[in-house]
Amino acid sequence: MSGATRTDAAGVLGEWRLRHASGLSEARHNLRVFLRDKLAVLGIAWVLFMLVLAIGAPVIAPYPEQGRGKSNLSERFEAPSSKHWFGTDNLGRDVLSRVIFGARIPLLISALVAGSVLIIGPILGGLAGYYGGLLDETIMRITDIFLAFPALILAMAFVAILGPSLQNLALAIVITWWPWYTRLVRGQAVSLRQRPYVEAAKTMGVRNGTIVTRHILPNAFGPVIVAITLDLGTVILEVAGLSFLGLGVKPPTPEWGLMVSEGVEYVLEAWWISIFPGIAIFLLVLAFNVIGDGLRDVLDPRMKR
Amino acid sequence: MTVRRYLIRRLALMVLVLFGVTVVTFLLVRVVPNDPAAIYAGPRARPEQIQEARRILGLDRPLYVQYGIYISDLVQGDWGTSLRTRRPVLDDLLAFLPYSLQLVFLSLLVSIIVGVSLGALTAYKKGGWIDNGTRVLAIGGVSMPSFVLAILLQILFFRILGVLPVSNDIDITISQTHPITEITGATAFDALITGNFTAFGSAMEHLILPVLTLAAFSTGVITRMTRSAMLESLGQDYIRMAKAMGVPKRTIVLRYALKNAMAPVLTIAGLEVAFLLVGTFFVERIFALPGLGTYATTSMLSLDYPAIMGITVLMALFYVFINLIVDLIIAKLDPRVVLS
Amino acid sequence: MADLLEIRDLRLQFNSLRGTVKALDGVNLTVREHEIIGLVGESGCGKTITGLSVLGLLPRPQAEYTGGEILFRGDDFLVKSEAEMEEIRGGLVSMVFQDPLASLNPVFRVGEQIARVVRLHRGLGKKEAREAAVAALERVGLPGSETILGSYPHQLSGGMRQRACMAMALSCDSPLLIADEPTTALDVTIQAQILRLLLDLRERLGIAQILITHNVGVAAQACDRVAVMYAGSVVEQGRTAEVLKASRHPYTTALYECLPQDKKAEELTTIPGSVPDLIDPPSGCRFHPRCAHAMEVCKDVKPEPTPLSDEHWAACHWVAQQEGVA
Repeated sequence: MSGATRTDAAGVLGEWRLRHASGLSEARHNLRVFLRDKLAVLGIAWVLFMLVLAIGAPVIAPYPEQGRGKSNLSERFEAPSSKHWFGTDNLGRDVLSRVIFGARIPLLISALVAGSVLIIGPILGGLAGYYGGLLDETIMRITDIFLAFPALILAMAFVAILGPSLQNLALAIVITWWPWYTRLVRGQAVSLRQRPYVEAAKTMGVRNGTIVTRHILPNAFGPVIVAITLDLGTVILEVAGLSFLGLGVKPPTPEWGLMVSEGVEYVLEAWWISIFPGIAIFLLVLAFNVIGDGLRDVLDPRMKR
Repeated sequence: MTVRRYLIRRLALMVLVLFGVTVVTFLLVRVVPNDPAAIYAGPRARPEQIQEARRILGLDRPLYVQYGIYISDLVQGDWGTSLRTRRPVLDDLLAFLPYSLQLVFLSLLVSIIVGVSLGALTAYKKGGWIDNGTRVLAIGGVSMPSFVLAILLQILFFRILGVLPVSNDIDITISQTHPITEITGATAFDALITGNFTAFGSAMEHLILPVLTLAAFSTGVITRMTRSAMLESLGQDYIRMAKAMGVPKRTIVLRYALKNAMAPVLTIAGLEVAFLLVGTFFVERIFALPGLGTYATTSMLSLDYPAIMGITVLMALFYVFINLIVDLIIAKLDPRVVLS
Repeated sequence: MADLLEIRDLRLQFNSLRGTVKALDGVNLTVREHEIIGLVGESGCGKTITGLSVLGLLPRPQAEYTGGEILFRGDDFLVKSEAEMEEIRGGLVSMVFQDPLASLNPVFRVGEQIARVVRLHRGLGKKEAREAAVAALERVGLPGSETILGSYPHQLSGGMRQRACMAMALSCDSPLLIADEPTTALDVTIQAQILRLLLDLRERLGIAQILITHNVGVAAQACDRVAVMYAGSVVEQGRTAEVLKASRHPYTTALYECLPQDKKAEELTTIPGSVPDLIDPPSGCRFHPRCAHAMEVCKDVKPEPTPLSDEHWAACHWVAQQEGVA
């Protein structure tokens, strides 16, 4: 054992760097490979752009109150012009402003959903996979039941019954996704608990709880992160879809799916009301999918293109 | 384990899961903030009428009794009465289901045929312009919301080109001059089996855009899955062995690798059925088609609880069943899979 | 006996993300008709890659041949087109690999896989191909029964699978068989059976073989001649007895010394240093950093083969000096 240990900040950082050296350089290598994928980089740029729009909407949007929902009946159905780049909708509201404000909800719900499954998945899945037995069986049966409902049905029923609102929408989508992530982490935990180093830890008397938090969970996080990135695109489609059907947020909230449905009846004459929000949905989902693909190529080079 | 024993075990498991499904659905509807009795009685009902409605609907009994009644009714075929149409829910469901099934089936067929072909082709000609072009299309397909695609197709084919219809299941004039004898409710299917070819043509014409829209997403998914499964298969040692034996590239890709890739592809296809089922909600709404999707959406928006429960249970039933079939097909394809 | 295969100064590099891997650095190997030659070396020395090169199984353009020839009865394989190589594979030259389970397609029956190869090369109809498959199985000591033909790979034992792979490889009467670590994945008792089979194939059918292995003992048992490889080139070649008992190249000698036979624990030795990085290999003779007899010239010049007897040569400056050639 070496002599004195350095406790000043540089020393601690240096020690941390040493301990995580191989992990860090691998991460840096992965980052470099990832950045080589031009599409993925574009995807990240777009997501960041949307974030900026969402956060800065009151300042960026040309007509912020219309963006939030205030009607402007004197200028209904105006085609795209220099005054209204994306035209106005059936209530005269500036479509561009509404599209900008509409970026908030998908990003917010994505964050909520990602955060929730990152908590629920590892907890339930980790416990089920590691301890096995009755706990595992019970949790697995419950996920089976939830997975028996085709994707959105449960979410739709949930929102239909409890009433459309932002919270219910987010909750409904979390309900749809939690079983997948629980299963994912459980599978990881099952294979990890059989690894030699876990056996070794157990023989040395390390408590189960510590094993789960120290050894199992950190290793399970990797695939979960990749899965979330790949799934965020689908989450956004679900949010837009539910709102489109009227089972999401309520008017006059600016939300892309809702905007598309508000413009459907006029689509053959005033196409801009539905098309611009529709393209916005497409581009954001595309961005997330492209990022997810890039991530997967980096972390699973077997499947390299 | 023999196929029969496996089937029995799976069916038993299915029943268990479906029980759970009914419990979840039942509880879900009981969490309602609005009082179903009040809805049933109507907006101007007096308190005694609401109380009476509650008695009629059985809502004054304890929860587990209500569930018991619910489940026993369910298995006997009584799925409740729609608050909106006032008809038995099961009748409603069975009336609208065939049209949607026709839509889902056609879309699935298109997705699998196009998806597997494209996926295999791009794995074979990796890196060429076909590969890159297809990858772009595929990722576009899975990123495009179905309702937006529907609108775009409507604008393109109806407004600009004027070649395809955009609403209803059949041309109104034709439905009058060549009326279809309704057997299942699936317009094109009924027309076909009754030999009513004019009507069949019109019905199919009205199905083109909906099927295109619905199939876009799953085609993208299946193409990507096939391609990656094929590439993984092509990287395996047995492919190298086949190559070392002089087997030509075409045979290697289309026979040796493809069969190995089928298992994950079919699994995904099974999952896609769920997506397609839900997709009908959007597509039927935009193209004004008389299917289960339209019924479901209307029920959900009008808070028709018995109908909502019925739809949920039916969809789950269907989905679980489809996955059983997929598992059986995979077991047939891959002899290593031990049915257990 | 005539030369069946002659690999002359074969050089190969791979272009990878991290740099150029100079995998083969001038490989010289001769295989005569009806003989079994062992290609021996540690993991990563390039023996499998050499075998794959003969059949053109390395993906181009990542694999770039920068020099040399692969002459099969005088015909250079390196310049042939893919279509021509497809004819040759399984025809003139066959190969079996290390892991027989991974080498057989899991979703097709064994009989079907063999029959397909037979039909490919001999243009037979379905019935004749099936009979040929039965004959192929019998040739490797497996009864050509319905059971085996109709089985899937995972239903057979390890030894049977390896034999099935060989049956497939031999079904077209190739004069040359390349066996890449054919016994490594198997139990010791089965290993002996497979080796005996290889010898038998040479006796009965006259099939020449390149037996690639990292196990010196296996080479000693089954091979007429042995070629020792290190870091991308052959360093010593000759009759088995000469190369293993009277080895001259420092690497071969050290390798043989490392074998734990008849030694007590304290007597176990290793070769100091480690296998070189092929992206940035040592200059001159690639073994020089680990060699006890390294001289100045070893750092600069790659040694040419020094003949030691009619069959035996070693590529080493120190040996050349001893022979009075350098």
